[in-house]
Amino acid sequence: MSTLSLARAPAGRRAFGGRQALIEKLTGIGFATPAIILLLLIDLVPLGVLGVLSFTDYELGGTDAKYVGLANFSKAMADPVFRRSMWNTLLYVAIVLPGSVGLGLLVAILVHGRKRTRSFYEMVYFLPVTATLIAMATVWQFLLHPKLGPVNAFLRLIGAGEYAFLSEPSLALPTLAVIGMWQLIGFNMVLFLAGLSSIPKDLYEAAEIDGCANGIDRFLTITWPLLGPMTMFVIVTTSITAFKIFDTVAVMTRGGPMGSSEVLLYAISLEGFQYFHTAYAAALTVIFLAFILAFAVIQAFVLDRRVHY
Amino acid sequence: MATVALKGITKNFGPAPVLNGIDLDIAEGEFLTLVGASGCGKSTLIRIIAGLEPQSAGSVMVNGAPIDHLRPHERRVAMVFQSYALYPHMTVAGNIGLPLTMQHLSLWERLPLIKLLSPRRRRVMAEIGAEVRAVASQLQIEALLGRRPAALSGGQRQRVALGRAMVRHPDVFLMDEPLSNLDAKLRVHMRTELAELHARLKTTFIYVTHDQVEAMTMSDRVAMMDAGHILQLGKPAELYARPANVRVAQFIGSPAINLLPARIGEDGAPEVLGCRLPMATGLPAGSSATVGIRPEAIAPADAGKPEAGQVSLPAVLRRAENLGAEFILHFDVAGLGDQPVLCRVPADHEHGTHGRTDLVFDAAQAHVFDAEGNRVEPSGLAQRASGKPVRLYLTGGTER
Repeated sequence: MSTLSLARAPAGRRAFGGRQALIEKLTGIGFATPAIILLLLIDLVPLGVLGVLSFTDYELGGTDAKYVGLANFSKAMADPVFRRSMWNTLLYVAIVLPGSVGLGLLVAILVHGRKRTRSFYEMVYFLPVTATLIAMATVWQFLLHPKLGPVNAFLRLIGAGEYAFLSEPSLALPTLAVIGMWQLIGFNMVLFLAGLSSIPKDLYEAAEIDGCANGIDRFLTITWPLLGPMTMFVIVTTSITAFKIFDTVAVMTRGGPMGSSEVLLYAISLEGFQYFHTAYAAALTVIFLAFILAFAVIQAFVLDRRVHY
Repeated sequence: MATVALKGITKNFGPAPVLNGIDLDIAEGEFLTLVGASGCGKSTLIRIIAGLEPQSAGSVMVNGAPIDHLRPHERRVAMVFQSYALYPHMTVAGNIGLPLTMQHLSLWERLPLIKLLSPRRRRVMAEIGAEVRAVASQLQIEALLGRRPAALSGGQRQRVALGRAMVRHPDVFLMDEPLSNLDAKLRVHMRTELAELHARLKTTFIYVTHDQVEAMTMSDRVAMMDAGHILQLGKPAELYARPANVRVAQFIGSPAINLLPARIGEDGAPEVLGCRLPMATGLPAGSSATVGIRPEAIAPADAGKPEAGQVSLPAVLRRAENLGAEFILHFDVAGLGDQPVLCRVPADHEHGTHGRTDLVFDAAQAHVFDAEGNRVEPSGLAQRASGKPVRLYLTGGTER
């Protein structure tokens, strides 16, 4: 039998301890360095360049640039195209956010109630998330075609008339929003399903005994409050995704008709890569990033401080 | 307060029956415990009474009227879950008050914002608040009313769950293993508290547990279940003293009963390890049987008392467990293989460490079970002139 001693390490170890700590520190730095370099190269340096460019009058291919202060930003504030795209983007988010969160929740609750067919419905609703939106946009373009599309064929059949969904200025943005919702519902559904699965079955049974007689009672008493943290997360991610709308506009409407579907990212890409106003595009991007940052801050502070049950 | 009657309750999950025609009458104010190993159907039965699970056949009656058509909240039953099932987003007061809120406020009066329009809501909520405080004071959790379940200890959560059940003044309390998530010390304490609560409320309690100690200590009657049947229903003392089935004998009592293989001899008397018990069983000669002896009914013999007609069997002390007030002695007996015979003896018992000894028990205290495991009432138990039962010795051998 051996005895185990938990006495303090002899004093000689202490001198060694300083070197040990240094080695550990260097090892730590060694492990972090590759990630830091990548972060610098991919994120921080370009961001810095972007920031610097936004204060200049640089144009792509130019050999020099001069400092213009906040001129690009004041130009943006006065630019009707930018203001319109800003407004359109916010409108788009305002339609897509409640639509895709609300419908995502509804679909999640319905799918959660299925037993054998659950995985089938999950797959069906998740398909739009996995599909390439560029390709899907083409399909939508066909579906919504005023003459050839089945949607209008159906509308004509029920006598509702014919709509040029993508070329009518008042309809273009809402139509894009519907397509955006179609794509986001599946993703939100999966998030809500995860939230629903984490609610213990016991709670519903206790609620049933305590008098929650119907689905509305159960939803208001258990489901909705317990999904709270997940709902906040879904709202923030959906806002960011919706704010970044670009591909459907680029493929289907190109900002038209008459600028009615001009959105922020599309305006930036036009300025930067069509008109080569690099510095101006950089300033618009800074504004765009400020919005995304605001959402991220909401996520970081409101979300993390919420009670997690 | 109410009587509960179960008539032929049957439950099938798929082709496998979980409950096979359970009949049970529970008296007003009774504390009835359903006890059994996991999977015996006891939880399913209590969930059927609660209305959380529909039965395949049979009927649940409260006060003589069937309640099968009623939804859980209409049944005037309250349930305490093993997990407590407290609503994590509500305070303790909210948890306890929820059954009353659901009862006394309409859906509109509970909706966010819209509820502010209701003129009587404030008054009703004040009444509910008073009721909640009254219940909380009974359970001594008034100081916790503003906390959320996550900030409570296991015992406190347990009390909140009890409060939520009590606040409705139900006809029947249903408890599904309410103590099994508590640590051992708290469990012992809550056992007393539950028994006292029952004595105070005088409501019918139906209590499910897999712990025979809980069943023995708290109940008026115990229903021991196995494989969807009730093996025995009776007072705790009855189950202990006269187990109707070998499985009941095995389950009730700690340490568990010693079960010894036996054969029925020519005269109908069981023979255990070559040793004849002086009783008639009425079982056919040559059939196999089981003899059960409680650990406290068997003890090492006082030295040097050999009597005529005794059979010598080697019994060697394997180990002694010191429980403070008593010892549990484990003996190896030849013919039992690795299975020890357990004796419970007082702490002052001189068991020594020498090993070999004789084990002695009163034949009258032996439980005899037939080949199917059912209890056999012995007759013609040989009585001595003094009226004392014959003592039968399993005598220790010399060497192993």
